[in-house]
Amino acid sequence: MRYLPHTKEDIETMLKVAGVSSIDDLFLSIPDDLKTKDGIDIPEGLSEWELDTHMEELASANIASKNYKYFIGAGSYDHYIPAIIPYLISRSEFMTAYTPYQPEVSQGTLQGIYEFQTMITQLLGMDVATASHYDCGTALAEAALIALKKNKKSNKIAVSALTHPSHRQIIQTYISPSGYEIVEIPYTKEGLTDINALKDMDDIAGIAIQSPNFFGNIEDLKTFKVVADEKKILFITSFTEALAYGLLKNPGSFGADLVAGEGQSLGISKSFGGPGLGLLAGTKKQMRNLPGRYIGKTKDANGKEGFVLTLATREQHIKREKASSNICSNNGLNAMVAAMYLATVGKIGIREIAQQNHDKAMYLKKTLEKAGFESVFDTPFFNEFILKAPAGFKQKRIGLIKNKYIFAGICLDPFYPELKGHYLFCATETVSKNDIDQLAKEVQ
Amino acid sequence: MIQQPGTSGLVLNEALLWDKSRDGRCAISLPKQDVDRATLDDSLTGDIPDLPQLSELDVVRHYTRLSQWNFGVDTGMYPLGSCTMKYNPKTNEVQAARKGFAEAHPLAGDEFSQGSLKLMYNLERYLAELTGFEAVTLQPAAGAHGELTGMLMMHAYFAKKGKQRSKIIIPDTAHGTNPASAALCGFEPINVKSGPDGILDPETIAAVMDEDTAGIMVTNPNTLGLFESNIKKIADIVHSKGGLVYGDGANMNAIMGIVKPGEIGIDVLHLNLHKTFSTPHGGGGPGSGPVAVGKRLEPFLPVPRVVKELDSYKFITDCPETIGKIHTFYGHFGIMVRAYAYILSMGAKGLLDTSRLAVLSANYIKESLKGTLNLPYDRPCMHECVFNDEIQQKNHITTVDMAKRLLDYGFHPPTIYFPLVVHGAFMVEPTESESKEDIDQFIDAVKAIAKEAKEDPEKLRKAPFRTKVTRLDEVTAARKPCLKG
Repeated sequence: MRYLPHTKEDIETMLKVAGVSSIDDLFLSIPDDLKTKDGIDIPEGLSEWELDTHMEELASANIASKNYKYFIGAGSYDHYIPAIIPYLISRSEFMTAYTPYQPEVSQGTLQGIYEFQTMITQLLGMDVATASHYDCGTALAEAALIALKKNKKSNKIAVSALTHPSHRQIIQTYISPSGYEIVEIPYTKEGLTDINALKDMDDIAGIAIQSPNFFGNIEDLKTFKVVADEKKILFITSFTEALAYGLLKNPGSFGADLVAGEGQSLGISKSFGGPGLGLLAGTKKQMRNLPGRYIGKTKDANGKEGFVLTLATREQHIKREKASSNICSNNGLNAMVAAMYLATVGKIGIREIAQQNHDKAMYLKKTLEKAGFESVFDTPFFNEFILKAPAGFKQKRIGLIKNKYIFAGICLDPFYPELKGHYLFCATETVSKNDIDQLAKEVQ
Repeated sequence: MIQQPGTSGLVLNEALLWDKSRDGRCAISLPKQDVDRATLDDSLTGDIPDLPQLSELDVVRHYTRLSQWNFGVDTGMYPLGSCTMKYNPKTNEVQAARKGFAEAHPLAGDEFSQGSLKLMYNLERYLAELTGFEAVTLQPAAGAHGELTGMLMMHAYFAKKGKQRSKIIIPDTAHGTNPASAALCGFEPINVKSGPDGILDPETIAAVMDEDTAGIMVTNPNTLGLFESNIKKIADIVHSKGGLVYGDGANMNAIMGIVKPGEIGIDVLHLNLHKTFSTPHGGGGPGSGPVAVGKRLEPFLPVPRVVKELDSYKFITDCPETIGKIHTFYGHFGIMVRAYAYILSMGAKGLLDTSRLAVLSANYIKESLKGTLNLPYDRPCMHECVFNDEIQQKNHITTVDMAKRLLDYGFHPPTIYFPLVVHGAFMVEPTESESKEDIDQFIDAVKAIAKEAKEDPEKLRKAPFRTKVTRLDEVTAARKPCLKG
């Protein structure tokens, strides 16, 4: 096997030094009755070329192997990825390094993630950002736990019904063993979180609002902050489309205490839903409550600037059961990708790309309405929105995927049974006017 | 003496991104605007994030220079104990980048995602076979996330039995993630000491195991690199009180094809695809932490689960006892592709050889360095061996000094000061990837450093000398945190 360098002679020499006559002897500390009798039923190893054939066969069995047009998002977005990003991130010094526990030989990862933290605080208008989390859902669950643990009087967290359905499920999974509960804030006929319902909720430890919400609509975060302040509880916001904040007012400007987000849009491929990138940011006051790693700037013994992992006393390898979280590995390499993406698009690019997402989505909505879809909400949105489909669209949609290589909307039935026949559409900079017109023609 | 890999060479300085920024530069060619501009209300529009403005070459040089300040497995030997820094095969990257995988949308629908589903199904079967369990979930995003998943399932198991338990036994050799994961599920860790021979004594467990204790979390082989040979007895004790045994499979690289945890009394086990199954660590992640379980815990696995029906595959969610979801979609699919490619490349024999050679290399290092460094537990080790600085302490040289000096010699240091049960631990895991010549160079380097410890201890205390920066002031970094520029 080409990954195993030991020659027969090497093995003999090494056995001699180890003072045993066979490799089997090295396993004598394992009682015989604990050793498996059956061996392992896994096929014989493949050559690199046999592997290529098998993997291409599997990859081709995914429809994504064709050139698709994506009019769907719902937490995973199709965006252009500049060629330099996969090229640079493949540098093995980034890819094959461990967590930077030895800062003298990890300054590349450390400076890169320090720059990532900085750009995320700029994007979100927050004081601090961690070195990353797994995804938005798990980051949001951690934020909910911060609010719950801090509040001694209440064991409930109020979460908008327009938070990504998976994220609500993750919060549920994370908090229920500790006896905490979710109360869901219903939504209004405008497709926004019902602030009046929230005002009536007593005995809650925090509020979590996604904006743009799962329907794509932009929430009025300012009003939720007022309620959070009145109730003296933490205000958490989340988002699944990071590019929205290239255009929209950021959560920090509305006074969010904690922000959890998905960074997949920042140069990371969809990859069947993972790995994406969990973003976690907070106010200065929340710095020590946030879970996971931070990179900080410091100096070396000669006074030269450098970077280190810092504030580790919150973490599991020091604090064990008293740690702020159990997280160890994060999604560091994808954080580096996001930093590369933000540096590549820069100040000019981020606004233009975000604006184009909005432009295309507006055009798509208008065009589909002309083609017989029904507008549901008249509320400002970023790049996703909901439409009620004309009769027969369900079958037509499948035909479009199979025959025209178009993914047109995600059916909302499984997530919101009351919205039968409603679809969540998305348009990004990767679809052209032509693509949209073509879609309209197909569904007419 | 063998020539050492460490030398000095030209390293370029590189400013922070925003110090290189010049107004008007942009490193992306913006897509054409082919529809009307749609203006959002001013009350919704924010200031433009103050991101750096760079040209494409600026960005390329920036990250190329940064990468050159890093040390990875591809650079040199990285014998970080308990981290299994094996070679990350390049073909795995090619497989994960295939358009059909990389561009797959998670909500495309089962019918249009058969390739992903089949891969996940097969990978689950292979991992189940390797570990001796019935069922596997691939959803956890990292090892610690897998531990949390396992603990949540144990919690759900006791909830279903009608009587929740409040405690969990955790040996002093455990990774810090173990108690932290247990605490997230409300279990209070009961810490137990390993015996004088470095492994758990069944009587210690019998003394604390009771009917309010959910069970035990065991890493096997443990973090001293020793096989917990009493594991079956311990499992029997735990089971006799109605408890469950959680296996931390972080060290699975030692026993593939030799021991199947599911056959020796373990009830639930997590694996680290980024350790045993060769996926890159990426400077901290993303990893993947699948969890394997027997029949008893299977109903509690996270949803969705992948099932095969005739010749097609689908996700199912109607599992009434499931703990729910722990990832937005299905876990780190891109990492699963790499691990699957690795298993197929190795085959059954390759995986068995991997463990055998990983253990041989660790024992070779242990015997070669015994005497140069103190070996607190002198018995045959598995895939890693743990020394400490007792001999060098005479010259007031500590583990960290030797670790930093190793950098000058061109090696990434071993894991230091872990496990906590060994004072000044120096934990070496060579993995099966390193050739005898590279291992010999490492052994020589450690011997040379031990000699320096006697002859020129001051030098070691100031090491490293050849790196871009020398020892950094971590105390000030933590006292006055500067987390952004």
